[in-house]
Amino acid sequence: MASDAYHEPLELLSEETRNLHRAIVSLMEELEAIDWYGQRAEACSDANLKAVLVHNKNEEIEHAMMVLEWIRRHSDDFDATMKKYLFTEQPITAIEDTNAGGSVNAGGATLGVGSLKGK
Amino acid sequence: MDLLKRNLAPITPEAWKQIDDEAKRVLRLHLAGRKLVDVDGPYGWRHGAVNTGRLEIRHDGGLGVPWGVREVAPLIELRLPFELSILELDCAARGAVLDLEPVVKAAEHVAHAEDEAIFNGFKAAGILGIIPASPHAAIAIPPNYAEYPSVVVEATELLRRGGVDGPYGLALGPKCYAGLAQAAEDGYPIRERVARVLDGPIVWAPAVDGAVVLSTRGGDFQLTVGQDLSIGYAAHDKDTVALYLTESFTFRVLERAAAVHLTYKRNKK
Repeated sequence: MASDAYHEPLELLSEETRNLHRAIVSLMEELEAIDWYGQRAEACSDANLKAVLVHNKNEEIEHAMMVLEWIRRHSDDFDATMKKYLFTEQPITAIEDTNAGGSVNAGGATLGVGSLKGK
Repeated sequence: MDLLKRNLAPITPEAWKQIDDEAKRVLRLHLAGRKLVDVDGPYGWRHGAVNTGRLEIRHDGGLGVPWGVREVAPLIELRLPFELSILELDCAARGAVLDLEPVVKAAEHVAHAEDEAIFNGFKAAGILGIIPASPHAAIAIPPNYAEYPSVVVEATELLRRGGVDGPYGLALGPKCYAGLAQAAEDGYPIRERVARVLDGPIVWAPAVDGAVVLSTRGGDFQLTVGQDLSIGYAAHDKDTVALYLTESFTFRVLERAAAVHLTYKRNKK
């Protein structure tokens, strides 16, 4: 089984929810690896090993972002919220109050329609 | 405050949510092009044009050196106004499900306009649509829908022979969609046979006359979105609030040979 972290009976979960679970668990694992590699690299006393560990950490960041992008493409809620908060300039805690609805994207609240390919 | 000026509208958060949700629901139902082509963006209001990478060589003027002008595809901005009753909108705060017919109509019209540009082109803005761009002769739609799978096979083979891989999608105009949905042979739905040939989506596309078979492999058709579909505020009096549905976009056909038009008319190419 890909994961034993299901919190509800499997037969009650759709394939869509199971796939999202797989992606979220993968993202958690990648983020954990980034943290581990980062700490090991900082503590490492051998320059060559340190370089390898930093390289590996950056590879894990790439993996994490790929999974995160999959999640964004398959979850409207993630998509809208990521568009609202990511790559913005305002103080992060102020973004929530700036719009009466929709999602913030490059200067305006959109309906978050975006691409419908594969949906 | 951003360009949409939503915070100036006398609309409660509950009513805004119903307006946005209803607009999004109708748009997602009606937008056909976005289910088949690549969407690039959204990049926001400041995005004014797409770099085509082309250069128009010019010989006029008096610079004394050879020169050219870079070609760009400018984005167009749609803005469709509609009005809602403030009395009706206020009922959302009391728990009512609002009558949002003007929102539905606006969403339908804007979705149709976007798809019109994608499938049929919009010369005034320099947008070449999928159907006019196709170099392939249009294939006639048979009167008997049981023959539809063979027509779709003919179209996909035409694409494959031209080096255009699948998966292939099918955009069906209303007449085609209804005909195909009802057709069956020996109790087996014709639509299922067509789906097996395509290996891609079958989409209801009100802006299409007939149908279009096209590759959905990516890289052939690109909708570039500046400001994605949004609802903004224009004005209000004591009874009504004036809003508008807006977006900015352009559409480019990058591989003209990646689509085949299926038509009720006889071949014209």
